[in-house]
Amino acid sequence: MSLPKLRQYHAAVWDEPIVMEMGRAGRRGMVFPTSDAEVSAADGTLDTVIPASARRQHPPKLPELSEFEVQRHYLHLAQETLGMMGISLFGTCTMKYNPRVSELVAARPWLAELHPNQSEETLQGVLEIVHGMNQILCELSGMAQFVFQPGGGADAAYTHACITRAYHEHRGELAQRNEIITTIQAHPCNAATAAAAGFNVVTLPLEEAGYPSVAALEAALSDRTAALMVNNPDDMGIYNPNIKRWVELVHQAGGLAFYDHANFNGVMSRLRARELGFDACMFMLHKTFGAPKGGGGPAVGAYGCSEDLVAFLPRPLVRQVGGRYTIEHEAPLSVGRVREFWGNIPQVVKAYAWTRAMGSDGLRQAADISVLANNYMERRLLAIPGVSKSFPELSSPRLEMTRYSLAKVAEDTGVTVLDIQNRMVDFGVDAFWLSHEPWIVPEPFTPEAGELWSKEDIDYWIDVLATVIDEAYNDPDTVRSAPHCQAIHKVDGAGADDPQRWATTWRAYQYKHSIQVTS
Amino acid sequence: MRSSPSHGKQPTSSPRTYFELMVKAGAARPRLGIIVNPLAGIGGPAALKGSDGAATVAEARARGARPEAPLRAERTLQALAARVGPAELLAAPGAMGADLARRVGFSVKATSRSAPSETSALDTRVAATAMRDADVGLLLFAGGDGTARDIHDAIGDQLPLLGIPAGVKMHSGVFAHSPEAAARAAEAALRNGPSLPLRGADIADVDEQAARDGRVASILYGSVRVPDLPRLVLPTKAGSPAQPGAELQALCREIADTLEPSCLYLFGPGSTTAMVLAALGARGTLLGVDAVLDGQVVGKDLTESQTLALLDTHLDSRLVVGLVGGQGMLFGRGNRQLTAAVLSRVGADRITVLSAADKLLALTPPTLWVDTGDPVLDKHLSGYIRVRVGPRQQIIMTVSS
Amino acid sequence: MANSAPALREELCAAVGVSDPEELFAQIPLDHRAARPVVLPPALASEVELSRHLRDTLGRNVDCEAVLSFLGGGCWQHHVPAVCDELATRTEFLTPVWGTPASDHGRNQAWFEFSSQLGELLDLDFVGLPVYSWGCAAGHAVRMAARITGRDQILISEFMDHERLAVMRTYCEPPGMRGHIELRSVPTNPATGTIAVDELAAALSDRTAAVYLETPSGLGVIEPDPGQIARLAHSHGAELIAGVDPTSLGLLAPPGQYGADIAVGPTQPLGVHMNCGGGVGGFIASRDEERYARAYPTLQVSLCPTSKQGEHGFALTLFQQSSYGSRELGNDWTGNSVYLWAVVNAAYMALLGPAGFAELGELILARSRYAATRLAEVPGVSVRWPWFFKEFVLDFNETGRTVAEINVALRERGIFGGGDLSLSHPQLGQAALYCVTEVHTQHDIDRLVTALTEVLA
Ligand SMILES: Cc1ncc(COP(=O)(O)O)c(C=O)c1O
Repeated sequence: MSLPKLRQYHAAVWDEPIVMEMGRAGRRGMVFPTSDAEVSAADGTLDTVIPASARRQHPPKLPELSEFEVQRHYLHLAQETLGMMGISLFGTCTMKYNPRVSELVAARPWLAELHPNQSEETLQGVLEIVHGMNQILCELSGMAQFVFQPGGGADAAYTHACITRAYHEHRGELAQRNEIITTIQAHPCNAATAAAAGFNVVTLPLEEAGYPSVAALEAALSDRTAALMVNNPDDMGIYNPNIKRWVELVHQAGGLAFYDHANFNGVMSRLRARELGFDACMFMLHKTFGAPKGGGGPAVGAYGCSEDLVAFLPRPLVRQVGGRYTIEHEAPLSVGRVREFWGNIPQVVKAYAWTRAMGSDGLRQAADISVLANNYMERRLLAIPGVSKSFPELSSPRLEMTRYSLAKVAEDTGVTVLDIQNRMVDFGVDAFWLSHEPWIVPEPFTPEAGELWSKEDIDYWIDVLATVIDEAYNDPDTVRSAPHCQAIHKVDGAGADDPQRWATTWRAYQYKHSIQVTS
Repeated sequence: MRSSPSHGKQPTSSPRTYFELMVKAGAARPRLGIIVNPLAGIGGPAALKGSDGAATVAEARARGARPEAPLRAERTLQALAARVGPAELLAAPGAMGADLARRVGFSVKATSRSAPSETSALDTRVAATAMRDADVGLLLFAGGDGTARDIHDAIGDQLPLLGIPAGVKMHSGVFAHSPEAAARAAEAALRNGPSLPLRGADIADVDEQAARDGRVASILYGSVRVPDLPRLVLPTKAGSPAQPGAELQALCREIADTLEPSCLYLFGPGSTTAMVLAALGARGTLLGVDAVLDGQVVGKDLTESQTLALLDTHLDSRLVVGLVGGQGMLFGRGNRQLTAAVLSRVGADRITVLSAADKLLALTPPTLWVDTGDPVLDKHLSGYIRVRVGPRQQIIMTVSS
Repeated sequence: MANSAPALREELCAAVGVSDPEELFAQIPLDHRAARPVVLPPALASEVELSRHLRDTLGRNVDCEAVLSFLGGGCWQHHVPAVCDELATRTEFLTPVWGTPASDHGRNQAWFEFSSQLGELLDLDFVGLPVYSWGCAAGHAVRMAARITGRDQILISEFMDHERLAVMRTYCEPPGMRGHIELRSVPTNPATGTIAVDELAAALSDRTAAVYLETPSGLGVIEPDPGQIARLAHSHGAELIAGVDPTSLGLLAPPGQYGADIAVGPTQPLGVHMNCGGGVGGFIASRDEERYARAYPTLQVSLCPTSKQGEHGFALTLFQQSSYGSRELGNDWTGNSVYLWAVVNAAYMALLGPAGFAELGELILARSRYAATRLAEVPGVSVRWPWFFKEFVLDFNETGRTVAEINVALRERGIFGGGDLSLSHPQLGQAALYCVTEVHTQHDIDRLVTALTEVLA
């Protein structure tokens, strides 16, 4: 196989000290006005207004730096972060361009300096946008109302678990309905939030068709069933064609059906959760809807539900009354709050902007392109020796992503999928998604092209993978010891779970590793 | 069904760590030992169903087979050397490890000086005993189920064990999934020393009877401890769980705490049910069926007729079983004492199945098998069952005959 | 969309072997397809139109820089250093998700510096990556305490911030569920608003998993001797969870100093705009002991070596106990959180340093006390409790007016009055929570006093 020429990439290496090691005593980055004479004289000395037992005894050992040093230090750290500067096909996260215009608009005081408890008439602009986004999501899902309070997809799953509690409590069945059903391919947050909300978790494994059978679901359903929580398509790109039947069965058993729509990108505008029968669904504004990911939030898990469940939604909700927007702060059956205030509103504004820019046709095109790009990738990836696909016998095209396996490469060469990932970053290609726990497919990887990445980017990504797999066979040590062109070398995490060695703070590191401070 | 290495994860009743061993040993000791069964795996390519016994080996050689195990052990040692450099190693003599380890660059102490030219199961046992006496922190071996059994026969569960997959049959839960994965585990053993987390795993081997009937199934021989190192996940290295198998332990404790009064509980073989008994303050029979009534053990290592006799006098009964071996066998292997007669008397709806979650999830397809010898009962037991994997967690599995 | 160029799209279709992408959706049964097409408002495809639309709409807001605001209560107007704003919009930090330990190195280091500096402020050694909010942090912390102690009751003050308490309640499972945790409120001293220690001692029992003590509290009150409460809790085998505002920690005792076991609090004051409530975040910290570390639901980064001698890298620690690692068998759950703010928070703490935090604390204290003293001079208005930081309760009961009316009148004068407590804390009657920070000048405060005097005249 002749391999294409790849970029000569090297990450910035700043060998940047930990901020705790930097600076000099007495140096200042930020000063505050000394309080005006009258202010200080208001009522006596510190000692009379704060009891001594409530006062700090030793100043915190924070670094002492100039403003420029702080700025430069964190810009160095920015440069030592690859992210979207390279190519990131991180599956399940739907990497998107986050338009700068939204950043500029959202950074202005008219949004940044709003307090959520201002009176409604001072918030009409932002309320209009929140309400507008609500309507857009209702149109896309068929649901009756969305709430933006959940701080991420997992928090929206938690919201569903809370609403499930409130719903069955209201019907007097909570004591009996204590089971939430999910599948092993559902995102871990579904099972985890169900358990955290107090439910027992019943998990359905996959069967030959790539999803659990209707019969398995039937075996799980009973008068103890409180809810079903699933995503579809799953992150192997497999769509469960019985999902409508599933929802019917769950309803017959008296449970609620929740659709984790994190993988919405491939089915945008092709189906509606409510039309499939679901009682509630969740959209990730930080994935599908173009709001930035922030390297892990602030995020929004927009949670929507049918008319029947609106009473239970967390508050506040934004309502339109005549030409005005109002805030409904409380409701008798509401679950209360899953997080303070009404959500990561700047992300809602950015998602609104993205969706308005796309329009109905744009969304459909984006879904088409993301599925097309994924299938294009699949053709090329499966041509690389050593790459295989999950459930290879299923011939239908996958939706917006496909799960692959490098088991053969690992078996032949001992080079693991993690080694390969560590080597790919040497070419400016950031990590791929492997798989949720548990790994059903050995040595898994799950790239997602979405509608963002150009064919050139996708081809380059595949070329890098092919090159690294070729290296695994011919020069495995180079792959195993990778990375070689990165900000740092291969991290040895062997001590990260050892209480004697882990260190989540500099002070813990110092006493565990007895390193002298230089300051 | 495919015979594949089992990665079944199963905590021991009392999670022991190196720390206890250190206290026992009281002195510095080599952290790693290695035994290579140079003949392991030789039968595989030759389409023989194993490599145990001199006759099989001769036959394999006659068919032109080359030993696989040394190559695989070398891969592990190479990978280990790349990770940790020239560490100290206790090795079985000659072709059983020492030669290889020296060639790769380890500083090697051999368990004995003389190396047999033609090795046998006895040599494995002798080397294992020497490893036990030296109290190594982890005993690596290259082989298959036969080798694992030989080691287990010699030293029981006295040393943490890890298999470099090199056999024809690997039903036991002690094998790393690749030679390199074994190196990673060995590295963790070297680095973590006393704090290397351990968990229980089964020693199993093929059921010859079933094999002659053309089926693949395994028999449970015992239980040992292996490093508990979950796979590397996400962008960085994940470590060991807070408490290995904590959920399963909590479940076993809960079952022990909530036994119904005047109900006769039968506990099937295996280390999972042994945890329930341990929570009751009793010591279970690892390979046998035990009975408990109102918190008291009323029968140990019961035969079918003893069980039936107990069931005669106790109409209210329940059966609690774990899954033995790596094949997802629910009834018919490893627990043949639980005959069709016993199961019918207890009743299908009074059976509780316990398992560690990942042991179930390693089964593809997600099916448990029953082979009670009574086709009508087998059919009755078939369908879907809930397997309890934690106090608040269940997994739905298919049951098939 | 780079691949929407018609010729390229054709090329991709050809490579895949379809004439239309529609064929690739064969997995979705026809009766699952949308019953009617999606109709959204007309697209604003150009940046010109979009930006105009957003500006026109958001321009209708009245923000806290345009007027004078005294709103607080879980979201506070602080000065945001310009460097923090720059970092919050740096594409490298703003747009990615996960990479490898090497390609994410810079961000991981910033996260570690978040935890390290917060650890110094709190005087604690183990700090997780942030969670969604203070209320969520407190909710996780009480669950941690319940897991650690095997007990099911938490003692809290009768005066909690209403939003935060509502969040904590959803984390505690309703009564009757297996994991229900009871939040039992303890009376306060009427004169000070601080926890009534005798009542606390009486309430502590072998059911108590933890005392959750906020200082300053949701109503701004400083506890005079948190150490005494820690000792009391410990003497009953309970944990002390401290809730603290990091802007107070240059001045007030850090949780580690008085023996708190777990500390939680907000991250928004550390360089993040209010963002209409979308700036909130929460932290969880504790002593570095396995007892606590193994109960965390969060992810956290640990300093680790690399294959190069002397080089630092970072790896996730205790990943396996998170929901990513162990699904429902993990501790609570985790997911996307507010990690971008952690980078901003790190820069904020580095900018301030020890002297900056001392100055900030003193300034906020001085100005909030000045405001309280002046406002108490307004006829009919009194300050409820004597020890406070940043926020204080103004009692309007004597004025015969409702807070709602007063706030309307203040708004007409370009002032957002303090948060109305009359609904959330009816025991206080007509009372409001006023927040004064370093952004409020003496002139601002005097303006408020004048306006309020007018309104109440
Ligand atoms: C299918 C699915 N559901 C839920 C989540 C959780 O979302 P978040 O990380 O925003 O909490 C994810 C994120 O990866 C996901 O892929």
